[in-house]
Amino acid sequence: MSAGLIYAATGCLLFVLGLGGVLLLKALLRRILAFNLMGSGAFLVLVGLAQRDGTPDPVPQAMVLTGIVVAVAATALALTLARRWHALTGRDDIARVRDTGLQIRRKANDRRKAAR
Amino acid sequence: MKTLWRSLTVIALLGLAAALLVAVLGLPPAPVKLAGEVAAKLGASGVSHPVTAVLLNFRGYDTFLEVAVLIIALLGMLAAGLPPPPPTGSRNAMLPTLARLAVPLMVLAAVYLLWAGAFRPGGAFQAAAVLAAAAVLLHLAEILAPWPRDRRGPRLAIAGGFLLFLAIAAALLANGGLLRYPPEHAGLLIVLIESGLTVSLAVNLAAFFLLRAPEEQR
Repeated sequence: MSAGLIYAATGCLLFVLGLGGVLLLKALLRRILAFNLMGSGAFLVLVGLAQRDGTPDPVPQAMVLTGIVVAVAATALALTLARRWHALTGRDDIARVRDTGLQIRRKANDRRKAAR
Repeated sequence: MKTLWRSLTVIALLGLAAALLVAVLGLPPAPVKLAGEVAAKLGASGVSHPVTAVLLNFRGYDTFLEVAVLIIALLGMLAAGLPPPPPTGSRNAMLPTLARLAVPLMVLAAVYLLWAGAFRPGGAFQAAAVLAAAAVLLHLAEILAPWPRDRRGPRLAIAGGFLLFLAIAAALLANGGLLRYPPEHAGLLIVLIESGLTVSLAVNLAAFFLLRAPEEQR
């Protein structure tokens, strides 16, 4: 078993750990972090498999570099949306979407009344 | 009921982990050796580091679209509404001193990373990440004020690097392919693109942190 395969196996475990976080955690911030963990696991699988036979393959490495930057952009956008969600509803989870939809409408109505 | 679902999910995840491990460990060797292909064409790529050659020459369109993805994320952020500026006056007294010492070194490190990208690990993205971190450090030390959303400088910088890349890509379309550099000018074009990208990406990454809603909207 080469070092590359150990990295790839670790990447698989990180991916599943992140997936578990996305499925089981409620807080949005934790879910975003768990989603990033999934991404890091996938990157580790790519980089690990790319060097399992000794010579590193530059193509997956370049793809992972691209992926990291895209993951940063997606995380920034997700954090903005989570913050907006928190500002609109006062919640940090999406446990019961139907209730929060009502809350948003009620809050918007209150704001409209206050403006008049 | 809830604990039942949770334990079922955990069991399913363990099964997935086992399946993934079996699949990855039992993977047959790759039928195509891309490393050899890259090494064979490296001489014509204009740079001597294989990862940079893949990023900016052989798969340049990936990098091109990636810059666009960053700009789209920033647009999405502007559309979703910016956070209010953080409260001032809460910083540690050590922080400005540390920032003043560290930021010149970070700028130096960024320039080195950009220059080193041609022949060893480094390049525009790493340099931009260091520059953006320097901007965030200055912001946390309250030396650099948050950017209002209609500030023109950051917009011009972000669009500039992307448009430079686009202009070079469009000019090279005459060669019969997107970003197919003539080998004799490839090195120069890659340095030009990487320099533009470093500025554009650094400002873009910093903008994720520094763009704030105007004060009166709080």
